[in-house]
Amino acid sequence: MPATAETATEYTRNELMCVLAAREIADGDVVFVGIGLPNLACNLARATHAPNMTLIYESGAVGAVPERVPPSIGDPALVTGSLMVTSMSDIFQCFLQNGKIQVGFLGGAQVDKHGNINTTTVGPYHAPKVRLPGSGGACEIAQHAQRVLIVTKLDKRAFPDQVDFITSNGKRVKKVITNMGILEPDDSGELTLTALYPGVTFEQVQENVGWPLKKTQRLADVSLPTLKEIELLRAKLDPKRLHIQ
Amino acid sequence: MKNKVLSMKEAVAAFVQDGDTVVIEGFTHLIGFAAGHEIIRQGRKNLTLARLTPDLIYDQMIAAGVAKKLIFSWAGNPGVGSLHAFRRAVEAKPPTLEIEEYSHFGMVGRLSAGAANLPFWPLRNYEGTDIPKANPRIKTVNCPYTGEKLATVPALRPDVTIVHAQRADAGGNTQVWGLMGVQKEAAFASRRVIVVVEELVKESIIRSDPNRTLIPGLQVDAVVLEPWGAHPSYAQGYYDRDNDFYAAWDKVAREETSLKKYLDEFVYGVKSRAEYMKKHPGLAERLAAKPRICAGVDYGY
Repeated sequence: MPATAETATEYTRNELMCVLAAREIADGDVVFVGIGLPNLACNLARATHAPNMTLIYESGAVGAVPERVPPSIGDPALVTGSLMVTSMSDIFQCFLQNGKIQVGFLGGAQVDKHGNINTTTVGPYHAPKVRLPGSGGACEIAQHAQRVLIVTKLDKRAFPDQVDFITSNGKRVKKVITNMGILEPDDSGELTLTALYPGVTFEQVQENVGWPLKKTQRLADVSLPTLKEIELLRAKLDPKRLHIQ
Repeated sequence: MKNKVLSMKEAVAAFVQDGDTVVIEGFTHLIGFAAGHEIIRQGRKNLTLARLTPDLIYDQMIAAGVAKKLIFSWAGNPGVGSLHAFRRAVEAKPPTLEIEEYSHFGMVGRLSAGAANLPFWPLRNYEGTDIPKANPRIKTVNCPYTGEKLATVPALRPDVTIVHAQRADAGGNTQVWGLMGVQKEAAFASRRVIVVVEELVKESIIRSDPNRTLIPGLQVDAVVLEPWGAHPSYAQGYYDRDNDFYAAWDKVAREETSLKKYLDEFVYGVKSRAEYMKKHPGLAERLAAKPRICAGVDYGY
C-alpha cells in the first residue's frame, strides 16, 4: 500500500505486527480468539474493517463485543451483549470440531520450522527446564480451524529448528506474523520469509530464527498502519501498552 | 425438597475426604476460592485436583500441600504468566507433584464421558502432537461405522465437585448465567456435589426461570451460601474479576516465603469468607458489578 495521508508515520514494530494480524481477518469471518496479542488483533479488526466478524472465545462467548479489552479469555465483558453464551462442550464440539471456525489465532512460546507450536515444556517433558502452561485449547484449534495464524515476536530461542514438545501441530498454519516480517510455509511446509517490515533486513530476521531461513524470490512489502489503527491501539485497545510497546 | 443448606465448614467436613479426586470448576468465571480455602484450613491430604485451568486456587492448594496429583489442561495465570507453586513442584528434581495432562477439549471430553456414564469420549484431536506420548491415557479407537481413527480420553468421575454459582434454592437447584464452562458436566460426573452461591433464593424464583438452571437439586448434596466466595474470580452480575489481584499474585507466588505469608494471613488467618472480606476493605465497592438487566421471557402457554 503506498503511503497516504492516512498512513501513520510513527509506530512500533509490535504495533505493525498487531495491525497486520488484524488485517488477516476478513469481514464476516468466524474467528476463534486466543489470549494476548491475538485478542488485541481481533478486537482491532472488529473496530476497523471487519465489524461483521464473529469473535468466539473458548470460554463460551459467541459473537462477543467486549467494551473493554479483555485481560483474560474468560472476562465478563465477553458475555455482556454477545450473541450466545454456551458450554465449553458446545464450543469444542458444535463449533470447532464441526468445522465452523474459519480463522484460529495462536501464540506460542516456541514455533519451529514446520509451524509446530510448543506451549508445554522447555527441555524434556518429565524433567522440564521450564514448565509452560500447556495446550489449553490450542491443540484442537490447530487441528480444526480452517486457517491457523500465529502471532508472536521473533527470537532465536522462540524459533528453534525443532520444538522440544509439539503441543499444536503446524500443518494448518498459513502465516506467522512476527514483529520483523511474515513467514509462510513453502510447498514442503517449511516456514519461509515472504515479507519484511520497513527498516528490517533479512540478516536481522535470520539472527532471530534457529534454522537456515529461506526467503521467497521477491519479498512483499507490507501495508503500513493507518493513523486510525494506531490511535485505536494506543487510546482504546491497549492503553497500558501491554502488547504494543 | 430436602433442605441441604450447610456452612462451608460443615459441607467440606462432610463431603471432601483425604485422597479424594476433587474438581472445583468454573472457567475464569465462578471459581470457588472460598471452598478451596476451607479445604486448606481443614488440612485435607493426598487430593487429586482436577480442573481445566488450575488457576490461582489450585496454585494455593498445591502450595498448602493438600495435593498429590494434578489433572489439567492449561496451568497459567491468565494474561499474567506462570503459576509459580505449580512450576516449583513440577520443575523440582524429582517433581513433588504428579501430573496428568490433556488439552481443554480432552478435559471437556473426560467430564462429558463421566456425566454420560460412558467409559471414554471420542474426539478428533492430538494428531501429530506429543500430548499422547506424554499422557498414555490418551488412546485411539477405530470408528465401527467408518473405520476412522479417533482419539479417546477416559471418563473422569470425581469423588466431589464444587461449583460456585450465582444462586440456588435450599434444595440445590442451581442457576448460572454468564460463562458456564464445564460445571454441568463436572456436577453430573461426580459422586458428590457441593454448590456454593452468592444468593440463596426461594424455589419459586428458580421455577420462574427454569431454563436458567444449570444443575438440578437431585444432583446436589450441599448448598453453601457464601457471598464473594469466588473472589478474585468473578460472578457475572455480582462482582467483576479482580484483575489487579491476579497481576499482583505473580509477585506473591514467586517466592515460597511470600506465598506462605499470604496463606497465613488470608487462608489460615481467617475462619470464613466473611472474615476474609473484612481483611479487604474497599474491595466490594471497587468490584461491584454495574447492572445490565435482561428483559426476561414469557413462559406462558
